[in-house]
Amino acid sequence: MDKKFWITQEPINPNDCIEKVVRHEAGAVNTFIGTVREFTKGKRTLFLEYQAYIPMAEKKLLQIGEEIREKWGEADTAIVHRIGRLDITDAAVVIAVSTPHRHDAFEASRYAIERIKEIVPIWKKEYWEDGTKWIGDQKENTSYEKDIPSEEEMRDG
Amino acid sequence: MVDVLFFAELQEDAGSDQVRIEADGLSVNELKTKLLSSYELTNLDQAMIAVNEEYSREETVLKSDDVVAFIPPVSGG
Repeated sequence: MDKKFWITQEPINPNDCIEKVVRHEAGAVNTFIGTVREFTKGKRTLFLEYQAYIPMAEKKLLQIGEEIREKWGEADTAIVHRIGRLDITDAAVVIAVSTPHRHDAFEASRYAIERIKEIVPIWKKEYWEDGTKWIGDQKENTSYEKDIPSEEEMRDG
Repeated sequence: MVDVLFFAELQEDAGSDQVRIEADGLSVNELKTKLLSSYELTNLDQAMIAVNEEYSREETVLKSDDVVAFIPPVSGG
């Protein structure tokens, strides 16, 4: 696997992501793992189904990596997102960022997960005991009513 | 002809993940009107639009073999 930004159907091994950003120049590797939560506001999730527009999703993950490089010059990023059926506690996304100093690694990985929730075409469907629902806009601070989000929305989000 | 991709809720509403439709020379907005005459797509207006895997505007004019994807609000992570 040569890609640093990819979608997979298989369980994620966080090391696959980490090893892509480990390098001599780095003094820190920050890893973020997003996992499947059982209870949301008291409601029990049985499992999740993720779907992606795979080629575009991989392009947008790459774009996030490029944005991170622009903002934190010496950062190196790898991101993998899993699709298909995921059970409680499974890792849905793993982000690894390496930088010379720790501060940037923390900030950049936070930026990456927030941007994933804005621009990467991946959707999750909740399966509850009493029904199912495709979940939209988890940030709940932007409505994409007409067309693409403005540059400002993209940057500030 | 252009290829239209549906995802998530829109895919279930359309009953299909992909349709091929005559829309050469139409804007994305005109394509939406055309789709809404054939399909019950309640939340089509909430979707972002991608043409050939890049976010695009409703005014974008389509040409033969373009791939138009309707992107409902995303929920990855």
